[in-house]
Amino acid sequence: MTIRDDFPILQRSSRGKPLVYLDNGATTQKPRSVIGAVENYYRNHNANVHRAAHELAEEATALLEACRSKAKTFVNAAQREEIIFTRGTTEGINLIAQVISSRIKPGQDIVISQLEHHSNIVPWQLLAQRTGANIKAIDITETGDLDLNDAASVITDNTAVLAISHISNGLGSVNPVANLIAQAKQVGALTLVDGAQAVLHADIDVQALDCDFYVFSAHKMFAPTGIGILYGRLELLNALPPWQGGGEMIDQVSIDTSTYQQAPCRFEAGTPNIAGCVGLGAAFDYIDNLPMQALIEQEEKLVAKALCGLRQIPGLQIIGEPENRASVISFLLEGSHPNDVGTLLDQQGIAVRAGHHCNMPLMKRLGIAGTVRASFSLYNNEDDVTALLNGVEKAATFL
Amino acid sequence: MTLEELVDTFRFFDDWEDKYRFIIDLGKGLAGIPDSDKIETNLIRGCQSQVWLTHKTQDEQLTFALDSDAHIVRGLSAVVLIAIQQRQAEEIAALDIEAIFAELDLLAHLSVTRGNGLRAMVARIKAVANSQTH
Repeated sequence: MTIRDDFPILQRSSRGKPLVYLDNGATTQKPRSVIGAVENYYRNHNANVHRAAHELAEEATALLEACRSKAKTFVNAAQREEIIFTRGTTEGINLIAQVISSRIKPGQDIVISQLEHHSNIVPWQLLAQRTGANIKAIDITETGDLDLNDAASVITDNTAVLAISHISNGLGSVNPVANLIAQAKQVGALTLVDGAQAVLHADIDVQALDCDFYVFSAHKMFAPTGIGILYGRLELLNALPPWQGGGEMIDQVSIDTSTYQQAPCRFEAGTPNIAGCVGLGAAFDYIDNLPMQALIEQEEKLVAKALCGLRQIPGLQIIGEPENRASVISFLLEGSHPNDVGTLLDQQGIAVRAGHHCNMPLMKRLGIAGTVRASFSLYNNEDDVTALLNGVEKAATFL
Repeated sequence: MTLEELVDTFRFFDDWEDKYRFIIDLGKGLAGIPDSDKIETNLIRGCQSQVWLTHKTQDEQLTFALDSDAHIVRGLSAVVLIAIQQRQAEEIAALDIEAIFAELDLLAHLSVTRGNGLRAMVARIKAVANSQTH
């Protein structure tokens, strides 16, 4: 019995061959317990939350709030009110970029990096356009690591915000976020960490990181799509204006004006994705019961083996050689487009991502159109690595 | 190669490998578009790969040239060119390219789920053909 057996979809075939799922950076598969929890919620507990005039509503609210408590533990937040439910990483970043608008002065800098996903670029561009701020990006080194010398010169007294990914989705670089946050704090900047790729691949401790905001998506950690977490420092959250108006987020409403709830309700207008929260709660429980250390070590071994094998393939170039790599490998086959390799792997039942990975500035910086990206999760095994290596070798014979 | 010959050839493929090797070879044999014509106005941006399209009318015959930065998309472009070659603008505008791709079991490549620019390329070919019908 391995954890693979917990994920029903891994039993299916793809293109008539056993499915080899190596697109975990895009989304992870779901264990039976998460699927079951969502079904059980709709079968037995479905009601709207926070309006507990009846038993079902009380149960649904308890399930939702239990998820908040589990998320608090997961990121080691100081208080459960610091956990806000969002649609995912993208919404979390957009929410913050919106509500901090009045704190940004014209001419101030919003600092991101060359490694960022479009979700951690475009919301800041919109903020810059609204406020007259500038976007500055920390450069990368030849290995695909953040250039700390450049960071030291980019983060200045003029920096209003530092928004940085914990792990690069394109290259797998694990960024020295604590170090960068400390620099940003020294100059009084607000700090946000995009943790989309970090869940299941890095320790997340918002108190140790000392960040103001930390965002991630549930679907990259075995939970359903459409639900995510925004952590925010409580004092700061309660000093920020609401984002969307509606039910749940108000205190008193008259025709002319309203007063608002404190966090988290302040930022949770409307009926939340209750089933998503229930699924995420089940995912937290599932992860809690896994022998995480052993599984992470096994995943690291697989990534190392895949890297080693890929390097043996003539004409194959690994893109990014970060000092500290998470479970992402980007590569190119000489004389071919990543899409070709992606299509030829797909024909062999191997699911990878091919393209720019929503990293257009990074790809431009590297002077390439995109990469083929294999990204691993805790349920991948040696057979997956063997299939990937054989699959890439076969693809190379076509091109 | 005519469309009939292409369809006949595809009938003999009993696995994906022969088929994709053939498509890639078709792409390699494509005349393509000179780099000087690979300009913004001729570019059709897919989410992942890019396609360039030019056309000219000579002796009242509308002809297209296609190119792509990806081998498979280039090969599929060659399939499109075979399907539309020697046809009048009216015929091209009315041609059911999806049906041809379906017959070749390549329809997935024209689907909206693929960000390869092929679908937009077919739409632009039809728009050009339409603009030339009177």
